[in-house]
Amino acid sequence: MKDRAIIDVEQLSKTYQISDKDPGFKGTLKHFLSRKTFGVEAVKNVSFKIQPGEIVGFLGANGAGKTTILKMLCGLIYPSSGSIYVDGFNPAKRQNDFLKNITLVMGQKQQLIWDLPPMDSLQVNAAIYGLSESEATNRIKELSIMLELGEELYRPVRKLSLGQRMKTELLASLLHKPSVLFLDEPTLGLDVNAQARVRSFLSEYNRKTGATILLTSHYMADITALCSRVLCIHKGELFYDGGLNSLTNKLTPYRELRIELKDQFNPKEFENYGIIKTNTDRFIEIRILRTELPKVISRILERFEVIDIEIKDPPIEELIGKLFNQRRI
Amino acid sequence: MSYSKLKINVIKALFNSQYANMLEYRVEIALWALSGVLPFIMLSIWKESGAATSYGFDGLSLSRYFLSAFLVRQFSVVWVVFSFEEDALLGKLSPYLIQPLHPLWRYLAAHIAEQVTRLPFALLITFTFFLFNTDSFWIPSLIQFLLAWLSTLFAFSIAFLLQSIIASLCFWNEKASSLERLLFTPYLFLSGLLAPISSFPPNIQKIVLLTPFPYMINFPANILSGLAENIFIGFIIQIIWISILFPVVILLWKAGVRNYTAMGA
Repeated sequence: MKDRAIIDVEQLSKTYQISDKDPGFKGTLKHFLSRKTFGVEAVKNVSFKIQPGEIVGFLGANGAGKTTILKMLCGLIYPSSGSIYVDGFNPAKRQNDFLKNITLVMGQKQQLIWDLPPMDSLQVNAAIYGLSESEATNRIKELSIMLELGEELYRPVRKLSLGQRMKTELLASLLHKPSVLFLDEPTLGLDVNAQARVRSFLSEYNRKTGATILLTSHYMADITALCSRVLCIHKGELFYDGGLNSLTNKLTPYRELRIELKDQFNPKEFENYGIIKTNTDRFIEIRILRTELPKVISRILERFEVIDIEIKDPPIEELIGKLFNQRRI
Repeated sequence: MSYSKLKINVIKALFNSQYANMLEYRVEIALWALSGVLPFIMLSIWKESGAATSYGFDGLSLSRYFLSAFLVRQFSVVWVVFSFEEDALLGKLSPYLIQPLHPLWRYLAAHIAEQVTRLPFALLITFTFFLFNTDSFWIPSLIQFLLAWLSTLFAFSIAFLLQSIIASLCFWNEKASSLERLLFTPYLFLSGLLAPISSFPPNIQKIVLLTPFPYMINFPANILSGLAENIFIGFIIQIIWISILFPVVILLWKAGVRNYTAMGA
C-alpha cells in the first residue's frame, strides 16, 4: 500500500468498446453487415487518495463516470490503464481477503433472494463470509436495531416496500463488517423519511466502525449530510477534489438571510445591506456577501425589531449545476 | 472456523436457501418434470413400429431403457446458461462477483435443490408408468442403483460444465443462450433420449461414442436398466470428459470476467 491512504487511485482510465445503430430496417441491416465499434473513454486519468474513515461524495451528472470508477474500485470491472489500491489490494485480482473487506451497494439493485425472507439470504451471506452462528446473530441484531428493522426480516423480499428493501440490502451488504463501503445511489427512489434514515444509519456506521465510505448520489442532501469532502467528475475527468465547504465558498461568495420582523417595513431600508431576493409583509430574503455577514446582522438587529433570522447557503443543486457548466473552480 | 467447516456451512446455507426458493416454484418444477416424457413417447413409437426386435431389443428391455432414460434426464437436466444470462443482463451477477465465493456454486446449489424438489414428481410419474406397464416393473440391485446414481451424477457434471462453458460466453455475447440451442440438437439425437445408442449403425456408434453425449443419458440409463456393458470404461470416459471440460470452464471464466462490463448495474 502506498502511504496511509486506504484508497489510492493513480491515472485511472477506462474505455468501453461500443457500436451505435441507426433506427429502422436499414439501420439494422447496416449494423448487422458492417458494424463499426469505437472506444468511449468513460474515465480519463483520474487520480485521488482517500484516508481511512473518510466519507467522500462523488458528484457528477449521469454518464459522468462515477459508477464506472466505483465498479473498478471494487474489482467488478477491469481498468484500461492506471493503478488502484484498496486497503493494500489490487481490486482486479479479486482476492478473497480483499472481497471480505469491501462492499458495494447499488440503489435499486438487489442481492437478496426475491421470493424468500431476507433472513435466508443473510444466512447465506454469513456462511460465505465465514461468520459463526453467534457472530451472525449478534451482527444481524446490531444492524437491524441501527436500521430499525424487525419483522421485515422474516417476510418475503417481494412483499417489502422499497425503503424496507433498501435497508435489508444495506444489512446484507454490511453483515461481514466491511471496512470500505462503495455506495452507488443508496437512497435512489426512497421517500424523504427513508432517505433520512439511511443517511443517519451511514453516519452512525461510520462513527462506530471507522469505515471508509465513498458514495455517489443525485440527492445533494445525502452529500451535504454525510460528506465533508467531494470529488467532482465530468465526462470521465476529475476536476475538483476538496472540501464541500470550500467548494461552496468558491462557487458562491454569498449567503442568504431570511428575516422575520415584528412590524411591516419599507424594503428600501434593506437595499444597503445586500441584494433583496423577496419581500412579503413582515418577511424579507436578502443575499449578502459572506465577508459582510456578521457586520450586517448586527446592524439589522440594532436597527429593526427582529423575531427570527435564518442564514442559509444557496441551494447546492444550483451550485453543482453551475460547476458542471464551468468545469472549473 | 476451520476451512472444511466453513465450506460445509456454505454448502448447507446455499442448499437450504435454494431449496426454500425452489419450493416456491414447485408447480413449475412439476410441469418441467412432466415435460420430460419424451422417452415415453419414443417408447410407444418404437413399440408400435415393431422396429425393436430388428435392432435386438425385446419389449421389456426397451420399456426399462426408456424409463431409465427418463429418470436420468430428470436428474441431469441443466439450465445454468439461462439463469446466468438473465443475471448477467440484469446486473444481478455483480453482487455475486464481489463475494468471496465463485458464482457458479450458487447455480450448482440451485440445480441440486431443483432436483430434490423434482424427486417426488419424478417418482410419481415412474409409479404411473408402472401402473400402465406392470410387466416392465423391476427393482435394480443395490450395486446397480448406486452405479446408476454415480453415473447420473457424472452425466449431470458433464452437462453442467458444457453449459457453463456456453454461459461464460455471456461475458462476450449477451445472448449466448442461443448457442445452447446448437448444443441441444446433438444432445437430443446422440445422447440416447430418442433411441438407445446400440440401435445406431456400428460405424455411427463409433463416432457418437467419441462425443460426450452418450455418457449423459445412454450410459447411466443402460446401467439402471441392466443393459450396460463395459461399465468401467464408461466411467473412465465420463471422468475424462469432466477433466477436459472443467479447466476449460475455469479458463473461459477467468478470461470472461476481465471482459465483464457489469451491464444493468
